[in-house]
Amino acid sequence: MYQYDVLDRTIVAERVSQFRDQTARRLAGELAEDEFRPLRLMNGLYLQLHAYMLRVAIPYGTLSSGQMRALAGIARRFDKGYGHFTTRQNIQYNWVKLEEAPDILAALAEAGMHAIQTSGNCIRNTTTDQFAGAAADELEDPRPWCELIRQWSTFHPEFSYLPRKFKIAVSGAAHDRAAVAVHDIGLHLVRSGEGNVGFRVLVGGGLGRTPRLARAIRDFLPKRDLLAYLEAIMRVYNLHGRRDNIFKARIKILVDSLGTEEFARQVEGEFRAMHEFGYAPETSPAEIARITAQFADPVHKRAEAGGETLDRQRAENPDFDRWVRTNVAAHKRAGQAIVTVSLKPVGGPPGDASAEQMDAIAELADRYSFGEIRTTHAQNLVLPHVREADLFAIWQALGRHGLATANLGLVSDIICCPGLDYCNLANTRSIPVAQRISERFADAGRQAEIGPLAIKMSGCINACGHHHVGDIGLLGVDKKDGGEGYQMTLGGRADEDGALGAIIGRAFSSDEVVDAVETVVGTYVANRRDGEDFTATYRRIGAAPFKESLYAADQG
Amino acid sequence: MSDAFRKAVTANRLADGAVVYLTASGGWSTEIDDCRIAADEGEAAAMLALGEEAAARQLLVGPYLFDLAGDDGALRPARLREAIRARGPTTGSSLRFQAAG
Ligand code: SF4
Repeated sequence: MYQYDVLDRTIVAERVSQFRDQTARRLAGELAEDEFRPLRLMNGLYLQLHAYMLRVAIPYGTLSSGQMRALAGIARRFDKGYGHFTTRQNIQYNWVKLEEAPDILAALAEAGMHAIQTSGNCIRNTTTDQFAGAAADELEDPRPWCELIRQWSTFHPEFSYLPRKFKIAVSGAAHDRAAVAVHDIGLHLVRSGEGNVGFRVLVGGGLGRTPRLARAIRDFLPKRDLLAYLEAIMRVYNLHGRRDNIFKARIKILVDSLGTEEFARQVEGEFRAMHEFGYAPETSPAEIARITAQFADPVHKRAEAGGETLDRQRAENPDFDRWVRTNVAAHKRAGQAIVTVSLKPVGGPPGDASAEQMDAIAELADRYSFGEIRTTHAQNLVLPHVREADLFAIWQALGRHGLATANLGLVSDIICCPGLDYCNLANTRSIPVAQRISERFADAGRQAEIGPLAIKMSGCINACGHHHVGDIGLLGVDKKDGGEGYQMTLGGRADEDGALGAIIGRAFSSDEVVDAVETVVGTYVANRRDGEDFTATYRRIGAAPFKESLYAADQG
Repeated sequence: MSDAFRKAVTANRLADGAVVYLTASGGWSTEIDDCRIAADEGEAAAMLALGEEAAARQLLVGPYLFDLAGDDGALRPARLREAIRARGPTTGSSLRFQAAG
């Protein structure tokens, strides 16, 4: 894992002491809220419904066990004993007191963490494949590039006041687990015809009010040009982005209005000019090598395939067998495996983990996964490098902490934003709906029978819960009578076969919504042909059968 | 009945962000049951002015008026957002924000 150097540690420590001073001045009444608000937001501190909320950056979703323990300690000492893992691979604390926020930032700094650039109109935490460096289908580990982007974008003076927030995602695998198509810039590591590895560059993806899938502007960008090309994109955006209208300020709107070709032409023009006039940022191969070396590829000395023992354990324990089938993924090394720890227990708030659970995962990471943990944009956690032979012990230990739910990618593995239970911007609640859906489908056998299905839910149009790219998306809307309404979209997906869901019809009330989800699931299962996933069935039969079964009663 | 004019003032306390309500004695309580209830526009405006004064003294952030509904004996916030602010998240665990001290 990447270790912060002196420079990183210094800027983080300086930021903590600046914020301590700013907070003291605010509490003493020397700074008014209008003056203080931008300062606290620069440190990831929001004021939500019940308290302050602190969003902590987890760079590209990679955590050490020590960092996880620090997060657990903060949950215990400064919060109510839990934290919420977000769709941006970050963690949020919901019950923060302003007077304690500087101490929290200091505790984070001790562990090499911070909340810088987790809010505001700047380049946010770069996200990536949670299986990076471990996945069997990976071309190359994307994390060294994420780290390079982190260093380049941290406090970059030219890009600190962009028209709007800016999100970059990088994927290095054939299957896109990082949802790169819904980011402002999506980077996909690819091999050129000549066999070189570089980036396919996409721009203008994003959800929210105007959902867009990112559009390719470069099919192959040599690695050495990455920062220069990113800078060229940022410069075109910074120049033309709509600062006058918050709803039109994201880069996706600029790409829409200029057209992809014209946008690409301007980026290429800036990129050429940089080289012509000698101001292109350069990254020396030595620096890349230095960063890459820190993402060592851990190998177990005695990695052995699970073999007969694993087969027997699976045969004797149907629950374990189910968990292996859903939550364990193929590792690039024989005898090793990737474990995803579900934070979606039946009836639980998606993405929440208690301090005790965080400590337990840190312990397991130390014991079985070289102290490494990942967060996922689907709000789960990952132990990326375990031995197949240890799977049974890991599963048993997870079970003792309520973490062995075998539902990865299934109907109860719901992506869900905090919604009206916490969020100041929400129209409706989302967590309780997710809880009710997971209870409705609690039966593990039934979930397995339904197969992979992505439900994603947001409490407002900001779409933090990625509802546009769920098989079933739910968006909280205000109903005319003042009650909570849920608008349903079908057919979205976030991977390399990306699609935006289409609204199926009138919104459902809170009382109706779980039944509606069940109706959609039932219609899918009744209509699917062997092996078809939801997308395939939906694309083949269209929206009509779903509409009919959902709104049959409305006709009568 | 429920259509009567009834409003109260709420805000978040500066130091810890806790939800607070203007009380009859002019203080701020974390308990909605302690809130002072305005019976007409004039009283509501005067109460909001007290909130703004407290915000100017940097005691709290973002004071505003909200509607109450129900019978006199069992008043409750008219909107879900305010009910959640008053009683805490509805996600099932006991996460009600504890008043300091
Ligand atoms: S989608 Fe809306 S309600 Fe949900 S967390 Fe984002 S801003 Fe809040």
